Amino acid sequence: MSSIMTTDGTATRNEIAVSARGLVKRYGDLTAVDGIDFEVPRGTCLGVLGPNGAGKTTTIEMLEGLKRPDAGEIVVLGRSWHDDPREIQERIGVQLQETDFQDRLTVFELLRLFRSFYRDGRDLEDVLTTIGLTEKRSAQVKTLSGGQRQRLSIGCALLNKPEILFLDEPTTGLDPQARRRVWEVIEAFKADGGTALLTTHYMEEAERLADDLLIVDHGRVIARGSPASIIATLEAESVVQFSIPDGASHALTEDDLAALDGVQNVRREGTSTVLSVVQTQRVIASLFDLAEIRGVALDDLRTHRPTLEDVFVSMTGKHLRDE
Amino acid sequence: MSRAHEIRELTRVRILAFLREPEAVFWVFCFPLVLAAALGFAFRSGGVEPTKIAVVDGAGAEALLQAFEVDPDLDVEVYGTRTEAFTLLRKAAVDAMLEPASPPEFVFDPTRTESATARLRVQRALRLAEAGDADPALDEEPITERGSRYVDFLFPGLIGMNLMGTGMWGVGFAIADVRRRKLLKRLLVTPMRRSSFFLSFMLSRLVFLSLELAILTVFGAWVLGVPFRGDVASFLAISVVGALLFASFGVLVAARARTLEAVSGLMNLVMLPMWLASGVFFSYERFPEALHPVLKLLPLTALNDALRAVMIDGASLFAQGSEMAIMVFWCVASFGVALKVFRWE
Repeated sequence: MSSIMTTDGTATRNEIAVSARGLVKRYGDLTAVDGIDFEVPRGTCLGVLGPNGAGKTTTIEMLEGLKRPDAGEIVVLGRSWHDDPREIQERIGVQLQETDFQDRLTVFELLRLFRSFYRDGRDLEDVLTTIGLTEKRSAQVKTLSGGQRQRLSIGCALLNKPEILFLDEPTTGLDPQARRRVWEVIEAFKADGGTALLTTHYMEEAERLADDLLIVDHGRVIARGSPASIIATLEAESVVQFSIPDGASHALTEDDLAALDGVQNVRREGTSTVLSVVQTQRVIASLFDLAEIRGVALDDLRTHRPTLEDVFVSMTGKHLRDE
Repeated sequence: MSRAHEIRELTRVRILAFLREPEAVFWVFCFPLVLAAALGFAFRSGGVEPTKIAVVDGAGAEALLQAFEVDPDLDVEVYGTRTEAFTLLRKAAVDAMLEPASPPEFVFDPTRTESATARLRVQRALRLAEAGDADPALDEEPITERGSRYVDFLFPGLIGMNLMGTGMWGVGFAIADVRRRKLLKRLLVTPMRRSSFFLSFMLSRLVFLSLELAILTVFGAWVLGVPFRGDVASFLAISVVGALLFASFGVLVAARARTLEAVSGLMNLVMLPMWLASGVFFSYERFPEALHPVLKLLPLTALNDALRAVMIDGASLFAQGSEMAIMVFWCVASFGVALKVFRWE
């Protein structure tokens, strides 16, 4: 196994950095992870996308060596957690969901602490620059914003110059600007040839950072591939969305809509109706005609290109996020 | 980086995090001083309790005992020698000591309020026995000798209590806090050695211990005039073992608890009985004699007894063999169990 490892950074893309086969994790009666397989080639980023409770965190924590799978096999950098935990720990970086660093310590003190655990690694100043906290080096953690804390957390994961970076929902709860700054740090790591594994329930994040995606629900993989190829499985050119006034839905039934030429799929969500369509222009024209004939006023009509969210909803009938 | 480097960083962070917490600094360093001052200067909280008198055996002792029978609140015990009775008085195990003579010699600690009650009760009993009007004369002998006053008894106990409190709170709370913040989990995915983690708690305890001891003993000597008769090395050795012992207790109470509340509950459960029964404020000899062997096995009892013997009686470390053995046992046992049951996740 160790023969495929290189430590000089000249790894090629077809080397496998992380592989998981048949992972299962149960908590009592609940099967949190129910037979997940995947491989992450070196230098790529795998995104694990799914709603809360899909088993994303359990999966990534098994890969990080924090949880022992009930069944299945994990190989990280050619080694197993059972035989060689320290060697793996020396070479991976981990950002956990909601690590709450001690408030009264400064950014620099925390980085210095985490640096002391590793055999070799990066210069602290260098890491401060990477995560954009050079000016905050002497600030206590309690004074940092949510985004700054998250970048510090990622900074602690970058100190040992990891070959693989594990990120568990790195931007959950951050505002859009703070989220973009975190993405930039991760993108810089990828640009240096790093391998990343990331869980998220934000489709924008998955689309922007991941080369390959696993969409998971109830502990199983329900779709996999590049973001574009997953979206292509919807076979839709666009998604048309509109609402009908209360009480008028019987005048424009799902069957009526499905009968329109170019409509692939019809779905109702509360007062809103969502159509997956090809030949968008034609569908909209015939939709207006039909509404005119039935005397229904269409409200709030929008179209957008299909997203991962649409794929997820069409497969599971629910959204990635509850809100 | 090296093992030593990792331990140094963990310890440094521990110390910094503590020093930047003003409340913690107050409870560890200021509170014991306030308590010592309050108790040392103003121990005036005598309740309505039976007065304990130690009577030295000899001619006339029988007559005294008879006289004291009129007062059911007088708890009188006869001791063979003056030294024996005096030792009990010094430990505040009795409120006064009486040696039969004419007039009887009444030995008491003027810093204790119980002494006044004891004198009144003794005089009243003697007056009733003689059927006289005037208070019978007593040959009053206050003990003013340093090392024999109540505060001298109290002070080593306060040091012991402080070592227990700071050890358990300092370590137990810090571990519970690290776990609550999910930092423990974060450390677990690094190559940090788990032994370094525990070692850093022990080392930071020793750093604070030296500060606590310096402050407390200087305060005791200068402000309260408590003597320091033993040798410093014995005192330090006992304190270090005591500090490590209670740091281990801290690790144990925090070994599995998930919340600060749970830790604080467990901590009170462990500490409260010892505050009362381990001879901090009053000698455990006030408890029924059948309990003494059990009370002596308590870790704080052993620590207090050893500290008192060295500080006040000038005994050496080697005379404290059984106390040290009890402490080492508790230290090893609690740390061993803590490691066994410690919940990293």
